[in-house]
Amino acid sequence: MDYTERLQNVTVLGAAGKMGSGILLLTAIEMADLSLKPENKGKTFVLNAMDVSDAALAGLMKYLRAQVLKAAEKKVVQLRTVYADRKDLIDNEEIIREYVNDVVGIVLPTTLLESAYKSTLVFEAIKEDPALKVKIFSQINQNNSKAPWFYTNTSSIPISKIDKEANLGGRVLGVHFYNPPAIQKLVEIIKGEHTLPELVEFANTYSKNLRKIVVPSNDFAGFIGNGHFMRDALHGIKEAETLQTKFSFPESVYIINKVSQDFLIRPMGIFQLIDYVGIDVCQYIMSVMNPYLPNEDLHSDLLDKMLEIGVRGGQNSDGSQKDGFLKYEKGKVVGFYDLTKKAYVVVSELQPKCDDALGKLPASVQPWKAVVGNPAKEEVFKTYFSELKGMSTFGAELANKYAIRSKEIGLNLVKDNVAFNDADVNTVLLTGFFHAYGPINEYFN
Amino acid sequence: MTKLRRKIYMVAGYNTISMGSGRKEFHPKKERPGLEEYIKEAGQGVLKAIGGAKNVDETVFGNFIASRFNRQANIAGFAPFIDEGLKYKPATRVEGACATGALALVAGIKSVLAETAEVVLVVGVEVQNTVKAIYGADILAAAGWAKERKDGHAYFFPGKFSDRSKAYAAKFGAEKTREAMAKWFTNAIENARLCPTAQEYHNTTKDLVACGMVKPNPKGFVDSLNVFDCSKVSDGASAIAIVSEEGLKRCGISKADAVEVMGLGQAEDDITRTPEDITVLGTTKAAVTNAFASACITKDKIGTVECHDCFTIAGIMAIEAIGFAEHGKGTEFVLAGNTTREGMVPFNTTGGLIGWGHPTGATGVHQAVTLWEQLTGKAAANQITFKPERPYGLSINMGGDDKTLVSIVYKKAE
Repeated sequence: MDYTERLQNVTVLGAAGKMGSGILLLTAIEMADLSLKPENKGKTFVLNAMDVSDAALAGLMKYLRAQVLKAAEKKVVQLRTVYADRKDLIDNEEIIREYVNDVVGIVLPTTLLESAYKSTLVFEAIKEDPALKVKIFSQINQNNSKAPWFYTNTSSIPISKIDKEANLGGRVLGVHFYNPPAIQKLVEIIKGEHTLPELVEFANTYSKNLRKIVVPSNDFAGFIGNGHFMRDALHGIKEAETLQTKFSFPESVYIINKVSQDFLIRPMGIFQLIDYVGIDVCQYIMSVMNPYLPNEDLHSDLLDKMLEIGVRGGQNSDGSQKDGFLKYEKGKVVGFYDLTKKAYVVVSELQPKCDDALGKLPASVQPWKAVVGNPAKEEVFKTYFSELKGMSTFGAELANKYAIRSKEIGLNLVKDNVAFNDADVNTVLLTGFFHAYGPINEYFN
Repeated sequence: MTKLRRKIYMVAGYNTISMGSGRKEFHPKKERPGLEEYIKEAGQGVLKAIGGAKNVDETVFGNFIASRFNRQANIAGFAPFIDEGLKYKPATRVEGACATGALALVAGIKSVLAETAEVVLVVGVEVQNTVKAIYGADILAAAGWAKERKDGHAYFFPGKFSDRSKAYAAKFGAEKTREAMAKWFTNAIENARLCPTAQEYHNTTKDLVACGMVKPNPKGFVDSLNVFDCSKVSDGASAIAIVSEEGLKRCGISKADAVEVMGLGQAEDDITRTPEDITVLGTTKAAVTNAFASACITKDKIGTVECHDCFTIAGIMAIEAIGFAEHGKGTEFVLAGNTTREGMVPFNTTGGLIGWGHPTGATGVHQAVTLWEQLTGKAAANQITFKPERPYGLSINMGGDDKTLVSIVYKKAE
């Protein structure tokens, strides 16, 4: 079965979810592009978009149409060539509309798992629940005569475990997209112990066609991405907890968030990132990873407490940020959660005291946005971090400690054979988390 | 074209802001003024300076294609909307793609020449930010032959001028051509930065030459042009009054505040045919030749030019069409600094189509307004100094791919 044949009947499980919808979009475009090649004329392409709710599927189709329209507008130069023989399509507008119909036309929304029984490839992006994944994979595998391949988007469950428990005979691979899949360039590929090599080969071709950057990761709970993020988050949480002897809870969160963003020149502070991913998702991923880490305790009482109160973070269906540790208005941070008052404190109330305590940023500081695309950013960081290292302010001390811990986490991922090398760890943080520099660096030696 | 049989003047020019990307106040998703507001602002701007609508005999509108950008035809109906005093007076709308504005001027000039009017209000307008650029390209492609659209580039006109640029570069040297295009862009932005109504007025880019030198990206755009080589999508209106001697008196305007139209040249080429040599703007050359003959002057008398630089390469080719440089030497003429504000013949002193903006139907009128400002000393920060031996201004307004051309010679009224 060649690349095209493999993609003629595909199912995305959990297609209406945050990750599933992105995977569906990218796969639909890839399949439609194949279907429009002259050599594939007459072949049928089917992409089942499976999810549990009709309402969510209706929303998905709307999202899909809007996103494909954007993609079509961007590549209309090529599309005019694709539709060159269609005399009825003259204007860009007509060509774009036709392409949107062609892409959306191969997607069949469904709530029936049975749709996957005819698929040769199954993408899974359902809840991060090992038992549920195993149950569904087994059911499809038992009822599908085509020996389908399973690509799971799990970010934390060992692939070998899924393979063994669902009895898939090596036909499962971790293909871990980053959120949101349509934009994030990174795909982590995780091979289980018995994963067949052809699954890896196909996933590499597929990811490259989607213009993604592939990083192989070892089959170890959390892989590289969450392996770093969860530990980095726990460091931030612990630091904030320690600060509470001198500062209030919202002040502590403000301080650590600012240190991890402005002082470390990252795209967002650690508490904002936890909110972005979802406090509940972070807690869940830690709980999935934790049993595989006998020498560590990947768990946070603070996350439990926040969830008990009902503060969850995450995103609304329109992509806007829900309130979590931080409060947001039109994408901007406007407040910090106070656990005692169970309410948000406005930024202006915390800022003067905390900023004063932190002290000034090094003079050579630049915001992340200004430096991330700078080809000479390494020089910028060398100057900046050497300045930071030489400072004895409270902020500089916290930042140095944070960066050293981040590097340590990265090095441990390589030492523990989760990552194959330092460069892979850095690539994941650079592309999957949009960091401007990798955690494994020489700036803090 | 022969010498004009009657003295024709232009007075009281007015430009709205050329709105679009680059202006601080522009946001594609926020509500903006529409066709009506632009027409009213520009029209009233002129009326105020000429003593009101009572002095106007007729109105001519230049609008390329509001029927598609704004779902609006019958533009003449907006004359009384500018001022009730224009109700029941004649109004006409003309169209000739991007040469629409100058065609509106021609219609006004001919009316005064024919003595059917002593004062004509001319308003050019286009509001194009109603659609994304990729769909705007479909609409603007109507300036070419419809039967060529299917095989044309997604960005139809950039595609046409990319072909011209490619052929020119192949014939006369790619490096020099690219450098001259970058220099043209730099001049355009530097002039626009001095003009508060220009679309690039807020441009603060430090290294303009580096922008101009950006390598074209054929995958996302066209083969031989980068985005800086192209005029942007603009909303805007320009207006001016065309008057006779009697009209001047009626409006109470002194000659010191007027320019005289010294010569007029029009030329048309077959829209269904590809030019014999795409490194030449043959129709532009014909129109300019006609304008010079009509004004009884040569190029050596021209002190400033407003040319149709919808693309940087079109500016370079226009230099050759006028005769300032031989075929293939327009690039050197630009690189030597001859077209800058301090150069031998400053071109596009308020930024031209690339710097000031290109609200298609208004462009020809905007050129007239700029020349009126320059020749009467009203150009403020943009003011250039005229040498006594070069007292004339020249405009070139082009519709389609060198198809519909209007060239006008102006001089300060005496």
